[in-house]
Amino acid sequence: MGIRIGDKAFDRRVEKGLQDSFMRGAVTGAQDRLRTGRLNAAKELGDWEKWRTLGKEIRQHTLENLDFYLQQLSEKVANRGGYVFFAETAAEANQYIRQVVQEKQAKKVIKSKSMVTEEIGMNEMLEDDGCQVIESDLGEYILQVDDQDPPSHIVAPALHKNKSQIRDVFREKKGYQKSERPEEITRFAREQLRREFLSADIGVTGCNFAVAESGSISLVTNEGNARLVSSLPKTQIAVMGMERIVPTWEELDVMVSLLCRSAVGQKLTSYVTGLTGPKGEGEVDGPDEFHLVIVDNGRSNILGTEFEEALHCIRCAACINVCPVYSHIGGHAYGSIYPGPIGAVLTPLLDGYENNKELPYASSLCAACTEACPVKIPLHELLIKHRQKIVEEEKRTEALERIAMKGFEAAASNPSLYKVGSKVAPLAMSPFTKEGYVTEGPGPLKAWTRSRDFPAPEKERFRDWYRKRKKGGGEHGQGHDS
Amino acid sequence: MKVSLFVTCLADLFYPEVGKDTVELLEGLGCEVDFPAAQTCCGQPAFNSGYHKESKEVAKHMVETFEGADYVVVPSGSCATMLKEYAKLFVDDPAWQERARALGEKTYELTQFIVHVLEKEDVGAVFHARATYHTSCHMTRLLGAREEPLKLLNQVEGLQLTPLSHCYDCCGFGGTFSVKMDSISREMVDAKVNHIEETDAEVLIGADAGCLMNIGGRLKRQGKPVKVMHIAQVLNHKQEG
Repeated sequence: MGIRIGDKAFDRRVEKGLQDSFMRGAVTGAQDRLRTGRLNAAKELGDWEKWRTLGKEIRQHTLENLDFYLQQLSEKVANRGGYVFFAETAAEANQYIRQVVQEKQAKKVIKSKSMVTEEIGMNEMLEDDGCQVIESDLGEYILQVDDQDPPSHIVAPALHKNKSQIRDVFREKKGYQKSERPEEITRFAREQLRREFLSADIGVTGCNFAVAESGSISLVTNEGNARLVSSLPKTQIAVMGMERIVPTWEELDVMVSLLCRSAVGQKLTSYVTGLTGPKGEGEVDGPDEFHLVIVDNGRSNILGTEFEEALHCIRCAACINVCPVYSHIGGHAYGSIYPGPIGAVLTPLLDGYENNKELPYASSLCAACTEACPVKIPLHELLIKHRQKIVEEEKRTEALERIAMKGFEAAASNPSLYKVGSKVAPLAMSPFTKEGYVTEGPGPLKAWTRSRDFPAPEKERFRDWYRKRKKGGGEHGQGHDS
Repeated sequence: MKVSLFVTCLADLFYPEVGKDTVELLEGLGCEVDFPAAQTCCGQPAFNSGYHKESKEVAKHMVETFEGADYVVVPSGSCATMLKEYAKLFVDDPAWQERARALGEKTYELTQFIVHVLEKEDVGAVFHARATYHTSCHMTRLLGAREEPLKLLNQVEGLQLTPLSHCYDCCGFGGTFSVKMDSISREMVDAKVNHIEETDAEVLIGADAGCLMNIGGRLKRQGKPVKVMHIAQVLNHKQEG
């Protein structure tokens, strides 16, 4: 799959989203629940702003010393008998995983949820090689069964589907015969998955945070599937983005608290698992062999730039859950496995502007994302920085817009020009004006007036009134208009 | 107290009554209101679209225009925020950055100015209507003015305020967003209009002309009877009529 999903143009993806009333109903309902849950969980923790600041400081410190912590992590993993591989590109990561699979002559891989394996397109690579890959996270499993429907949310990948749609997927593809009750659907999925767990040769997990001091990885789930993935198969491969690391268990505590509360409104999820290397001597649980694949895939290019804070992201999706744009167009419209505000920031950084040039504009800059982010990433400011780059370095904006902005600069930095321009505006707009409103505007107003009336500029501007009033004398105005 | 009014380009050209009411309201509260005539626009259309070289020139002009002011009062949360952000444009230019910072420090959104500087909550307004209040995004999230408008509105005689559900959701204006992504913007404003209708309000009050132009434009297009008013108009409403 890779980072990009769907092949239609942005406008057509948006249109498809806007017309999908089932999806929009499902998304709005989920957003309301997740938003309320997060706010309650944050309140319960006490001084949430201080926690956010602490989260930001931890992320900042870690990213500023990333080379040190990655070195420490890999030494510790190796000391415990694990293998570590640094992959500079998606292809390198996939090649390493392929080698492990071939060495083990594995026919079946079972996975717990991992965005980075989606990003590198691991599943397709393994399936092309003839190895079966089974997703064990319920949401991901639903999508996989539904002919690889792409995820539309980074925490709840099947958020765009309601329960009756999910029932239909299982009916059609797996012969499910019961109702749309979530309990029944889930029981069915568990039965299916249990067989897969027992017959898988290799388990692949993501990694919410690696702990540098002990060479551990942590996994945060509600379904317990990551525990089975990491304990039943003899070989485990954990795949992590290179920034997903904390220095010690103390920082892990803070980050997991922020993550669980922000993602799903829980103090802790049902399972928070810490795994350190393969099964040790005398231990009962754990894989015989453990591989950690640390993926760069464009991340190190972001380090040290004005976008570095995008790497602070802990993938909680709080920004997605409050985004009004996401709410109307849904995740697929972003054309990336990373949707919503963080996706609009991250996708152009990892995948370039060429296929993602609209994403930084898919925001009204309302800053709901920035306010919700548990590690204080200034998401709306990063979107503006992208726009700045698109204008100044990429020079990708349309000529008409560039001319308009030059004109704006001239008028707004030159009072005489502004005064003349604003004076003639009512006259210029008069052919389009009816009873004080424009209903079919020219130029950029055309898009505005497709759904809204636009007020005609007033003949007497505020400044005209002010000047007259002052000249009239006796009033309080002390201005120095000319 | 002498205040300099930055009326905003939207109020100057499209909503002059908002400017008039702001002047009268402030004068009624004992201020002397100056209107530096060289003022233009805060520059947000260029800034938010990524045209930072262009917005820098606008910012310089505005900094110069208001250099002599003691207080700059703005009847818009979004434009007040922009004036306060100017300093960020001049990270490589310490002299201009200092001048921009000085402007930011003396800039107040209208309701903030009344509540925190004039220390008034009851401005003596009378307005008999069922209304709801739209909390604009930049004013609440970036400027942090959440309570001030409500403190003032709660003192208006005759005004019945019903809370707006999902008030935290953007109305879909977003400056150039409203024309660049007009189909998404339309859905956002429709959601807002639905929530406004749920309140059964006769009047929608807001403190940002941009949002009001957007919501009002949609209400008008759909023929809805809800009247749209800027908070300055409500606070300057003194008797029935």
